[in-house]
Amino acid sequence: MAERILTVENLKVVFHTYAGMVRGVNDVSFTLDKGEVLGIVGESGCGKSVTASAIMRLIPTPPGEILPGSKILFESQDLATLEEQKMRQIRGNAISMIFQDPMTALNPVLTIGLQLSESIILHQKLSPRAAMEKAIEMLRLVGIPSPEVRVRQYPHQLSGGMRQRVMIAMALSCNPKILFADEPTTALDVTIQAQIIDLMKSLNERLNTSIILISHDLGVVAGLSHRVQVMYAGRIVETAKVHDLYGNPLHPYTWGLMQSIPKVTDGTHRQLQTIGGQPPDLLSPPPGCPFAPRCRFALRICKEELPPLIEINPDHQVRCWLSHELSPVRAVDVFQKEVVNR
Amino acid sequence: MLKYTIERFLSMLLVILIIITITFLLMHAIPGGPFTGEKNLPPAVIQNIMERYKLNDPLWKQYVDYLGNIVRGDFGPSFKYEDRTVNQIIADGLPISAVLGFGSAGVSILLGIPAGIIAALRQNKWPDYAVMFAATIGISVPNFITATLLIYVLALKLELLPAAMWGGIEYAIMPILSLAAYPTAVIARLTRASMLDVLGQDYIRTAKAKGLSTFTIIWRHTLKNALMPVVTYLGPMIAFILLGSFVVESIFAIPGLGRYFVMSIYNRDYTTILGVTILDATMLVVFNFLVDIAYVFLDPRIKLDGRKDG
Repeated sequence: MAERILTVENLKVVFHTYAGMVRGVNDVSFTLDKGEVLGIVGESGCGKSVTASAIMRLIPTPPGEILPGSKILFESQDLATLEEQKMRQIRGNAISMIFQDPMTALNPVLTIGLQLSESIILHQKLSPRAAMEKAIEMLRLVGIPSPEVRVRQYPHQLSGGMRQRVMIAMALSCNPKILFADEPTTALDVTIQAQIIDLMKSLNERLNTSIILISHDLGVVAGLSHRVQVMYAGRIVETAKVHDLYGNPLHPYTWGLMQSIPKVTDGTHRQLQTIGGQPPDLLSPPPGCPFAPRCRFALRICKEELPPLIEINPDHQVRCWLSHELSPVRAVDVFQKEVVNR
Repeated sequence: MLKYTIERFLSMLLVILIIITITFLLMHAIPGGPFTGEKNLPPAVIQNIMERYKLNDPLWKQYVDYLGNIVRGDFGPSFKYEDRTVNQIIADGLPISAVLGFGSAGVSILLGIPAGIIAALRQNKWPDYAVMFAATIGISVPNFITATLLIYVLALKLELLPAAMWGGIEYAIMPILSLAAYPTAVIARLTRASMLDVLGQDYIRTAKAKGLSTFTIIWRHTLKNALMPVVTYLGPMIAFILLGSFVVESIFAIPGLGRYFVMSIYNRDYTTILGVTILDATMLVVFNFLVDIAYVFLDPRIKLDGRKDG
């Protein structure tokens, strides 16, 4: 049994807006083991990035707020209530983050070397010279050629893929225990995407860093994650080992996500499947299951009562009435009949 | 950089030549002349004066002669003040106006930038409202009212400072303050707006995610980016302010350049108009050049030579 390094319990994040209180993350609980890669998938606005920002405590407050009762347990500390001073020692050090768009996530007026070395100087208490050595070493680790030259250059002199490598080097420079990767490949073109995924995979294996990979792209997540959780409207709707999720998906929303991946290999000229409708308004979520209004298979209870998280096996849970023991149909059958064979 | 500087210098000369030409032609196009006064002088006297200042020559000859003199650094005699040359007028007035100009530029930078930063960091809280309230007043109240108020309070009521004239540093304080009010307000607003813009950028979030302190984030990651628009404004502002202000110099009875400039137009004092205009234009292009140089140091993406990086 691997060592557990992060436990999130009942995480609730709200945003106070003029229109009212938006529930960005609603009662999310999950765990992360050492060396594990956890994928979080879902469409825009489902709360995946907010979850990561909340754990890093990077939610702008106000308007955002982590509600009391939320627990983020990391190394016997509760990050949900830790004071800012101590939080700063964790950020970029024990927990670090890479962002979606490497074109804007680096400061255009500072050199790569300075941006890399500043967190090394801060967290590892190295001299600027030693930190620069370490920065060069990190750039070499993420596969940037002639790093001695690159450290003196500015972000605009590097390509998008190179910049994302710099971001990864920056995030890994203090040997973090957890690395958040928030859509790390979304802004890159496809060949570069594959390189970045390979890089993260090899770094995970070599350094045994736990990674939380956030993406809307099931393909990217499948390639890298050990375990995946699907989020919808601020809640986790399904979580499973990666093979289990792809082999035996149980939530209609997961089916929808899978159907909406374009397949170039199946030879047929089928129209690409999409999930109809819009995500619910988080200001006033509908009663019952938040996915019910868009769900082809919704039962009457789905519109009335939120389904509980149903455990299929210790690693596979789903928040759907179709998987409940009293359901008139079995989710597996519906999936086979209505989704796979259509 | 050297190539750019040379190119820029040549284009600056061209700009100044065009300004001289336009000013010269406009000056002669408006009715009246330096010696049209209220009392009619005898025609013989007028004839003599015109001869003396070579105003009877054809216009092109006057123009060529004038350009020749400028190249030699001679702006010619003043038509109004018989015993003084334009060079002397500038030499007397410019240092005084420059003290006021650099003084108020300094005050506006030292007050405006920190005020803008504080307002941005406390956005929509009372320090922000206070700074923006003061800035609105600074922008909308004309400097002759500020000057009058300062004289009333500091000179007449509290008797701290001399009300007018020119002498030591104590004479410069009130004129500098009244000149600085407007640029201070503009700089504070510019700084606030561009700080807010930069603070919302992705790379600031990256800096936070590294665990940097708020001070480091502001000082290292925000300021350099945020000051670009402020620097852009500073160039023309300093050039403008250095030439002095007719209004403020008149209120405080200061013999600066601004008064001569306005009076020379009123007097049709051709040589003084041209001299001061050339000085003004030169300063404007020089300060704009300095701003462009400053960009290179602030933003590595800007290359003046148009060279591409490999």
